[in-house]
Amino acid sequence: MKPTPVLVMQDICKSFPGVKALTDARLRLFPGEVHALMGQNGAGKSTLIKVLTGVESPDSGQILLKDQPIRPESVDDAQKLGISTVFQEVNLCPNLSVAENIFIGRFPMRGLAIDWKAIERDARKALLALNIDIDVTRTLSEFPVAIQQMVAIARALSTEAQVLILDEPTSSLDEDEVERLFDALRELKRKGIAILFVTHFLDQTYAISDRITVLRNGEFIGEYPAAELGRLELINTMVGRDIDEAGQAAKSASSADRPTDRPFISVQGLGAAGRMHPIDLDIYQGQVLGLGGLLGSGRTETARMLFGIDRAESGTIAIDGAPVRLNSPRKAVRQGIAFCPEDRKTEGIVADLSIRENIILALQARRGIFRYLPKRVQTAMADEYIKQLGIRTPDAEKPIGQLSGGNQQKALLARWLATEPKMLILDEPTRGIDIAAKLEIMDLVKTQCRKGLAILFISSEMSEVLRVSDRIAVLRDRQKVGEIDGKAADEQSVFRMIAGAEA
Amino acid sequence: MNLAGTINTRTLPLLVTSVLFALLFGFGSVSYDNFFSVQVFLNLLIDNAFVAVVAIGMTFVILTGGIDLSVGSIVALTTMVTAALVEQQHWSIWVVVPLVLAIGSLFGLLMGSLIHYFRMQPFIVTLGGMFLARGLCYVISIDSIAITDPTYAAISEYRISFGEEAFLSVSAIISLLTLALAIFLAQYTRFGRTVYAIGGNERSALLMGLPVGRTKILVYTLSGFCSALGGVLVTFYMLSGYGLHALGLEMDAIAAAVIGGTLLTGGVGYVAGSLVGVMILGVIQSLIAFDGSLSSWWTRIAIGVLLCAFCLMQRLLEQGGSNLGAIFSYWKKPAEGSAPAR
Repeated sequence: MKPTPVLVMQDICKSFPGVKALTDARLRLFPGEVHALMGQNGAGKSTLIKVLTGVESPDSGQILLKDQPIRPESVDDAQKLGISTVFQEVNLCPNLSVAENIFIGRFPMRGLAIDWKAIERDARKALLALNIDIDVTRTLSEFPVAIQQMVAIARALSTEAQVLILDEPTSSLDEDEVERLFDALRELKRKGIAILFVTHFLDQTYAISDRITVLRNGEFIGEYPAAELGRLELINTMVGRDIDEAGQAAKSASSADRPTDRPFISVQGLGAAGRMHPIDLDIYQGQVLGLGGLLGSGRTETARMLFGIDRAESGTIAIDGAPVRLNSPRKAVRQGIAFCPEDRKTEGIVADLSIRENIILALQARRGIFRYLPKRVQTAMADEYIKQLGIRTPDAEKPIGQLSGGNQQKALLARWLATEPKMLILDEPTRGIDIAAKLEIMDLVKTQCRKGLAILFISSEMSEVLRVSDRIAVLRDRQKVGEIDGKAADEQSVFRMIAGAEA
Repeated sequence: MNLAGTINTRTLPLLVTSVLFALLFGFGSVSYDNFFSVQVFLNLLIDNAFVAVVAIGMTFVILTGGIDLSVGSIVALTTMVTAALVEQQHWSIWVVVPLVLAIGSLFGLLMGSLIHYFRMQPFIVTLGGMFLARGLCYVISIDSIAITDPTYAAISEYRISFGEEAFLSVSAIISLLTLALAIFLAQYTRFGRTVYAIGGNERSALLMGLPVGRTKILVYTLSGFCSALGGVLVTFYMLSGYGLHALGLEMDAIAAAVIGGTLLTGGVGYVAGSLVGVMILGVIQSLIAFDGSLSSWWTRIAIGVLLCAFCLMQRLLEQGGSNLGAIFSYWKKPAEGSAPAR
């Protein structure tokens, strides 16, 4: 009954220096289906797509398009074969017209000149096929991202694509826009196009997908009809059972439930369209609040709004009961908030400066350039933190870029501790560092918390969140779905909450 | 297409520039006797023909997000090579002109290749080209060489009349032809649209399979060609070759392009705007000349103020422009029924 697949990827292996990104990965796409490709960060989704679109060539394995083996060498090549891709960021030219963006590179010509009439007519037709009626002569940048995304899809389809790959197309869209996109996808399904849909959003996966392929650690875990795979099952399949065994056991007998009656910071309905649904959070001094959720659930978005990096569009923040507006990191710092960002290398350390200079940076910024810290004080302070946090280095003058990831992270911690903050936001502090360093960092978090700091802890390792948190706010698809006591919770209870009522 | 649809953040700077030109010209007409005449207007074209041609080449470079500082020096070098060959070697104009155009293009091609293949900054590469070409002038001669060749003199004096008292020079006609060709190139050829795409987002242009490298090299070649052509027009205008000709012309060309609505970051602008930009620079000069009491340096002051004002306007438009899109309703299917309750 079922038709034959239009595209089959078999036993795809791909290694990068030091990493095995894909091991015998498999994928089947049938005409007229939306197929979700799911997996945690680093599961191999993007590598698989890169192999399919010719960005990377596989070490072994084969790709069959309509039973014919293919080996695309470039995005262009894949497109000529009928495999079109819409990448996460819109890869169009914002300064050109909508019509031009759809046809540039293959303009119809009339004599020596470009046939603009034909381009506009065909562009309008291509967009109408996606149920979009816009003035195609207008500049692309005048339209919201959702429309730009649709224009990118129209461009991808204008090459007679049989397979359409959408790499996280919804990550910058709001609900309405996602719904429009899905309408268009359903239309494409009817026309028999096979759509591969990569997303982190569970709701969206179930709203549009017919089947789901799950990857984990570069391996094919399974291919399931979406209707037969429950949410909890899906999460368990994605996360796997190989949970950090140390995580549960070492949970410390933590501080008292609520050391102060009033939260240090109280957040009500903080949100921004397209980024985060309104969220309520209370963070107490002497407590660690963990943010639990899958990738893309809104953890980092929440942290960035709290620190004033991204402007919240709604909601209120009160610190010690007094309302405040945190619309810039400077204001947040003045309120005693410190933030260690997710991307240590680009947003955290200044690689060429010494450890001392990196540690002193935030404090000096807070004091202002006219109240220069004498070098003697700086050195004393740096040495103090090197000792206190156990940063392994011969001396404080070594460039921080030469330290290991774990020690860099500790130095960043020191940078913010030096400003004597009241609250510390840690976004993925344990990412990319070895297990021993992870444990050290987590211990440091607990120590600082006992000293009375309020801490917001973010990690994609659920076991780590469970290990350090007194309470856990659980996020799903950019909204808070619940809050549980960190001591009572285990992974299954958090996952059940993420999966929601349907599980 | 209605009027409101035609005027948007892209075309508004050009419109403002044109209106400003009309205002300045009108101001001159009211303030000074004999200012309001067809010939004063045409003289702007005649006196600034070489600036216009150079600015046209510059516009293509800026549209890709690059810059070409070498144009003034290439103009000077062209006049020097021309004067030396025509006066000292007695070569024919029909050999010399194609030769200097080829030299200018080659100069641009080399700079473009350096910029593309070695990923060097256009600013530095063309700054080097600027010093090099200017220096080469003095290798030929440190003095001005007058051109006495009868063909040059004839072309220089030739006037194409329109009606009774209006006329254009050969140079002005050449610059108008160049403009027409440049507009066609920019709007109706793959090369031109690739230039815009590169300026809009070079990475996207690459991912869309456009010939980014080739186009970038060609753009500098085109600018080199336009500079050499501008140099030829200078020899018609000045009848001499001199290493100090066209000093600072690159800055006038950049100013004309920016005042004409071209964004220095690339991707936005019109070639025709640069001609209007040149005409504005010209009309300011004329106003000051007609006034007679002001130093000619007031031209610079006026240009400086204008330039800042235009950059400010573009920035404000850009910020306002991002909100424009939200105003228009664009979906064919209104979200009836399917609209989620909020």
